[in-house]
Amino acid sequence: MAPKVPPQPILEQSSTAAEAGHGHAHHAPPKGILRWLLTTNHKEIGSLYLIFSLTMFFIGGIFALVVRLELFQPGLQFVRPEFFNQMTTMHGLIMVFGAIMPAFTGLANWMIPLQIGAPDMALPRLNNFSFWLLPVAFGLLLSTLLMPGGGPNFGWTFYAPLSTVYAPPSTTFFILSLHIAGISSILGAINIIATILNMRAPGMRLMDMPLFVWTWLITSFLLIAVMPVLAGVVTMMLMDINFGTNFFNAAGGGDPVLFQHLFWFFGHPEVYIMILPAFGIVSAIIPTFARKRLFGYASMVYATAAIAILSFLVWGHHMFAVGMPLVGQLFFMYATMLIAVPTGVKVFNWVATMFRGSISFEPPMLFALAFVVQFTIGGFSGLMLAIAPADFQYHDTYFVVAHFHYVLVPGALFAILAGAYYWLPKWTGHYPNLRLSQWHFWLSVIGVNLTFFPMHFSGLAGMPRRIPDYALQFADFNLASSVGSFIFGFSQLLFVAVIVLCVRGGQKAPARAWGDYTDDLEWSVPSPAPLHTFETPPTFHRPAH
Amino acid sequence: MSGSYYVPATSKWPALGSLALGVMMIGTGMMLVHDRGSIVMLIGLAGVLAVMALWFRDVVVESRKGLYDAQMDRSFRWGMGWFIFSEVMFFAAFFGTLFYIRFFAVPWLAGEGTKGATALLWPEFTAHWPLISPPDSSIAGPAQVFSPWQLPLVNTLILISSSITLTVAHEALKEGQRKVCRNWLAGTVLLGLCFIAIQGVEYYEAYTHYGITLEAGIYGATFFILTGFHGLHVIVGTIILIVMLARIVRRHFTPEEHFGFEAASWYWHFVDVVWVGLFLTVYVF
Repeated sequence: MAPKVPPQPILEQSSTAAEAGHGHAHHAPPKGILRWLLTTNHKEIGSLYLIFSLTMFFIGGIFALVVRLELFQPGLQFVRPEFFNQMTTMHGLIMVFGAIMPAFTGLANWMIPLQIGAPDMALPRLNNFSFWLLPVAFGLLLSTLLMPGGGPNFGWTFYAPLSTVYAPPSTTFFILSLHIAGISSILGAINIIATILNMRAPGMRLMDMPLFVWTWLITSFLLIAVMPVLAGVVTMMLMDINFGTNFFNAAGGGDPVLFQHLFWFFGHPEVYIMILPAFGIVSAIIPTFARKRLFGYASMVYATAAIAILSFLVWGHHMFAVGMPLVGQLFFMYATMLIAVPTGVKVFNWVATMFRGSISFEPPMLFALAFVVQFTIGGFSGLMLAIAPADFQYHDTYFVVAHFHYVLVPGALFAILAGAYYWLPKWTGHYPNLRLSQWHFWLSVIGVNLTFFPMHFSGLAGMPRRIPDYALQFADFNLASSVGSFIFGFSQLLFVAVIVLCVRGGQKAPARAWGDYTDDLEWSVPSPAPLHTFETPPTFHRPAH
Repeated sequence: MSGSYYVPATSKWPALGSLALGVMMIGTGMMLVHDRGSIVMLIGLAGVLAVMALWFRDVVVESRKGLYDAQMDRSFRWGMGWFIFSEVMFFAAFFGTLFYIRFFAVPWLAGEGTKGATALLWPEFTAHWPLISPPDSSIAGPAQVFSPWQLPLVNTLILISSSITLTVAHEALKEGQRKVCRNWLAGTVLLGLCFIAIQGVEYYEAYTHYGITLEAGIYGATFFILTGFHGLHVIVGTIILIVMLARIVRRHFTPEEHFGFEAASWYWHFVDVVWVGLFLTVYVF
């Protein structure tokens, strides 16, 4: 039986500093590993998510470096093609499902209750369950690399029949691990949505919520809507592989293209799942360091919602080259280009927020600014890819690789790093080391661009993705990409150093670590935030304009 | 908002639950890939079921101790509502598959429309539904398909009636008529069991007389994935209703506060609605 906590008496005042003192409240948490295994505290679970995500980020990063090492020069140097395929596949799977998504969920766990003045997540035990499913899922996924025939080798999009008829035996384990990860995501999203809708401080309306909360509300909706579709499609793969069904086999009346429709019905909202919370983080950071209120709060909210709705209507743009009736191509092309409108609204608002602001360039702001510029580059190459006739040329080339890495690395990842730098003082009570942070930032920016910018050119010149060898004319671009990737990869060790130093000490941060220019509630609790905050809900005061 | 939101202290069920689920998945994988490991799977499954039972038991005990307030109740409501939405999307994937296959993939294979070039693969193939003869002769389609107006219709009537009996039971609970509630709920459970039994008979018939199997082309595949996952949900729903029956008998719930019962009835109605969609698209049309 879980230990029970008696109902707490209503406190007279906000007990933001109440981790000690109030003898009534909490049993001493179990010590050691058990504390982390059994915890129901949103901050501890948030930290677990973030540490897990960082670990996966390095594992997925090592896989990427194996890929880049092999592509350093033409010919086959270091790995066999079969292993190369496993590395590209696992890199994608680990980064998408193991690094980026859990990082955002970790930030949500830490910050959403703090930003809405809630004592914890709405369903704390479910929260713990969502997290501990992840090590199980990814332990299983990584173990496929050691199985006979190797791990998944069909790309992170695992198109049938490559992933069914021609796949290694370990594919069944891959499917099962994806099921576990999917359950984790769905339960986590349900928890976040219930928290946001039900746990806001008295007086806080939906349109008073910080944008990080708003973007996560919409992201949770996307997660709950599309993760089950992924579960459905991998179940059909499982059936085709093990039970003789013909879902993706035309000989039996099925259709391999059906797989792509189902996958991208999940997959396109999935890419917004990985970017909307990033928008939220950047929308918190830019006003703070521009010392101005966010420009166009309401339009930011509506733009986020518009992007989410459109994301269900554009999956076909991943499939122009596979063959589709003309009407379908036109529909998906125009619907995709429409997304540029709300996205443009967002970029405009960030820039307008900075206009005539009193900007300073602390590490979170550096990453947020880089995000705005670099994500926009990724957005523009996305527009190019949306044009169906042009896409026939770009499809499956390094141009696509350049595009989605620009939105995911200097996009989603930089926003996560920006968020980490922004909230580290709140988590640890210390500012991150300035010098190291700046080195981390500049090496990351240089590394990222050196890695991914040349891929636009090699892609436009026709270099296909997911191939371990290439024609001689692509050699220079690939050399640059490989050098850049190693700069980027190794400079992330600086981030680990920053975190370790920040946890252990450093310049002490006050409650309002980044000044008075933000009204978000997390800055009203001490730094570091005590284990339990807002046990009595604070009264939300709408800031005067 | 009273300011006494119940934040449970540490709990061992989530961690044990994920461990058990992991064991179950490893066992399942071993069974499918290596033809052994059923023991591992069963241990995992038993663990998952045990954790669910004990975890829910904790929640019931806490609820009966009065630890939950109105805000907690709303959290449960949002949680259950969104969970059912995720289930809707799970089934949407399979319904979408059925529509895509029927209205796009099969006609294309017979040469219709802009993607009709695929007809070059099997020039003899003509589109028809239910797909009795799949394009390639190496794959045997079903010999015949079920008439919707026999067992499937009976099952439809059973499930629709069960939604009505459950609503009567719920109304009785709200009126405080515990005995009436118990009887109608027991009736609902009985109807659920009947549905499962009839579905079992139908599956038996499918395999022995109709030639509808998992391997029987895309018709068999879509038939079993839709009816199979629905049947699984009916089984889960029936178990949930049995638990609710036991709780009614033990005098849990009050006319005002009985969200456990309500959540069970939401789930049951959802399963019912899915069946109506399934009856129409899989059997009738």
